[in-house]
Amino acid sequence: MKIFDIPGGVHPVYRKELASEQPIRPLPPPPRLYIPLQQHVGALSVPIVAVGSHVSKGQVLCVRQGTLSATQHAPTSGTVVAIESVTAPHASGLAQDTIVIEADGRDAWAELPEPIDDPLAADPQQIIDRVAGSGIVGLGGAIFPAAVKLGMGKQYKLDTLLLNGAECEPYLTCDDRVMREHADEVIDGARIMAHALGVRRILIGVEGNKPQAIAALERAAAGDAGITVVPVPVRYPVGYAQHLTRIVTGRETPAEHRNAEVGVVTHNVATARAVHHAVRFGRPLISRIVTVTGGAIRQPSNLEVAIGALVSALVDACGGFSCEPRQLVLGGPMMGQPLPGLEVPIVKGSAGILALSADEVVEARERPCIRCGSCVSVCPCGLSPMDMAALIRKDKLDAAAKLFVGDCIGCGSCSWACPSHIPLVQYFNYANGVLAEQERQRRKNERVRTLAEAHALRVESLERAKKEARAAKLGDKTETPA
Amino acid sequence: MIVAIVSLMGMGLALGALLGAASKWLAVEENPIEAELQAMLPGSQCGQCGYVGCAQAAAALARGEAPVTLCPPGGRAVAEALAKKLGVKADLSAHEEKVPQYAYIRPDLCFGCTRCMAECNVDAIIGATKQMHDVIADLCHGCGKCALVCPTQGIEMRPVPATVSSWHWPKPQRAASAH
Ligand code: SF4
Ligand code: SF4
Ligand code: SF4
Ligand code: SF4
Repeated sequence: MKIFDIPGGVHPVYRKELASEQPIRPLPPPPRLYIPLQQHVGALSVPIVAVGSHVSKGQVLCVRQGTLSATQHAPTSGTVVAIESVTAPHASGLAQDTIVIEADGRDAWAELPEPIDDPLAADPQQIIDRVAGSGIVGLGGAIFPAAVKLGMGKQYKLDTLLLNGAECEPYLTCDDRVMREHADEVIDGARIMAHALGVRRILIGVEGNKPQAIAALERAAAGDAGITVVPVPVRYPVGYAQHLTRIVTGRETPAEHRNAEVGVVTHNVATARAVHHAVRFGRPLISRIVTVTGGAIRQPSNLEVAIGALVSALVDACGGFSCEPRQLVLGGPMMGQPLPGLEVPIVKGSAGILALSADEVVEARERPCIRCGSCVSVCPCGLSPMDMAALIRKDKLDAAAKLFVGDCIGCGSCSWACPSHIPLVQYFNYANGVLAEQERQRRKNERVRTLAEAHALRVESLERAKKEARAAKLGDKTETPA
Repeated sequence: MIVAIVSLMGMGLALGALLGAASKWLAVEENPIEAELQAMLPGSQCGQCGYVGCAQAAAALARGEAPVTLCPPGGRAVAEALAKKLGVKADLSAHEEKVPQYAYIRPDLCFGCTRCMAECNVDAIIGATKQMHDVIADLCHGCGKCALVCPTQGIEMRPVPATVSSWHWPKPQRAASAH
């Protein structure tokens, strides 16, 4: 199959060998689980359980609000002991509303929805509803509600489901293990998703450094002409949805647009497996595979953990630290975020926990830009990081926006390549954060303006009505004698 | 019920509305820059700039009597836009971004006089006579007018808390001179 080229990209040290040969190991649900109401892109879900309620495994805890939202389920059976603010697994270290469950140790299932018989002949809407009801979000880290993407067949003319098994982030191996160990489930999930989308062609993009995963998928899909496994070049960030689409189909999605506009919908391989579970067994998304690795982890592992387990429990299950970790990261080393601590829960989007030792962390002093152009040549989005950073440094965010800082996907390739160790991607994250905040403020101001105008109009018309009523009364009086 | 509340609204608001309406009629004869400036302001008529409403603030700006940093809810973005429009160089480095606020009614102090409700120009306060009042924080634009009229000082202006979804990275601090 023809492979198309994309601009830019880098070759960081992958260090996948730390965890790639470790089979997926289930971690028993810990005694306490912390389920944040927000683990997805979109509106907050709303709790339907109260403190003191007993919940069974798989029971709904909080319900999605609208389509762009996700439902959360109990990962094990037990009692809701609190709904409170708990530190989020987020760089900000801020707290968010979280349901706390004390496990009863029985791990007893609730009554689950009936499996959908013959899903490949079922009404697509039935599958989409099931996926929504099962709380499935993009497990590659995008945490976008999967049902929304599955419904895009109604809006766009689609022809391809592209399954993303690239896993180009260094260190992470959870998708690799899922493909190697559960290729049948991934392929089945992909067929169900393709049916829901109304597309015939399934492409699975996998970085060429995962031969066993490619072989396993090919075995599982043998004899199905509709499915093609496409080995893609090993180059970060080929796994970014837009870039993967371009590599395997040659179709370019304009920045800020959806892949669906070029006929392609992308889903992560682990998401496909979750769809398989939800449709074939009625099981909601209550666990995920997490790679726990890095030079400071004694036994790097791929763990299947209940959503809501604390990171500290995962680290313990991997034998703890072998040396003092210099940095704790949630996700991969390129796009991941610093962890605020170990006592934060695993959420649906947590693909990896890294404990990096001192020799894995570059701590060089920032030097002046030498205008070498490395950052420009590695940027997969065709941006000019050096110029954007210079503007942002001088607080000229509008000018940076004109250079399309908004198109930056935050891949970190430029920072990685910069010989002067300028934290380029941090500038762009900062700028995009401020620009998004200004946009939110602008929308709020607009709403306030509308409300204030409506209010003024109402007050005005009430005053007028009163005046008219008074005038009418006076008129009555003057008219009666005549 | 509504009628009862509205009749309590009193002269202040009626005058405000009249002024607002008047400025609309007059807008045609206004100099165009003033209208453009007004369009850039939030339009919430909150009065935090010290003028009666956004139209008056725009007029003062056009006359060069008010600094571009006059509008607290507009923040840096509005200040920058105004500076660009007026072609002035504004030093915004010292411009303290005011943390947005929202009104919070203390349940132990509210006795339901409805005065705050009458003051709010976006209908962000709900309540009824002799009932506890509450603010829909999402609608409140933090003008603080309700807090000024509460006879029991039962309304606190609180900073809108940062959340996981509103938080963003700070600007990187530079160790060496780089660019
Ligand atoms: S890579 Fe670094 S030093 Fe080179 S041009 Fe870009 S910012 Fe400047
Ligand atoms: S972080 Fe942004 S600017 Fe830097 S290489 Fe990636 S996309 Fe380009
Ligand atoms: S003005 Fe104060 S006491 Fe009166 S209703 Fe409002 S909050 Fe309650
Ligand atoms: S501060 Fe009070 S008056 Fe002003 S918008 Fe908020 S609730 Fe309304």
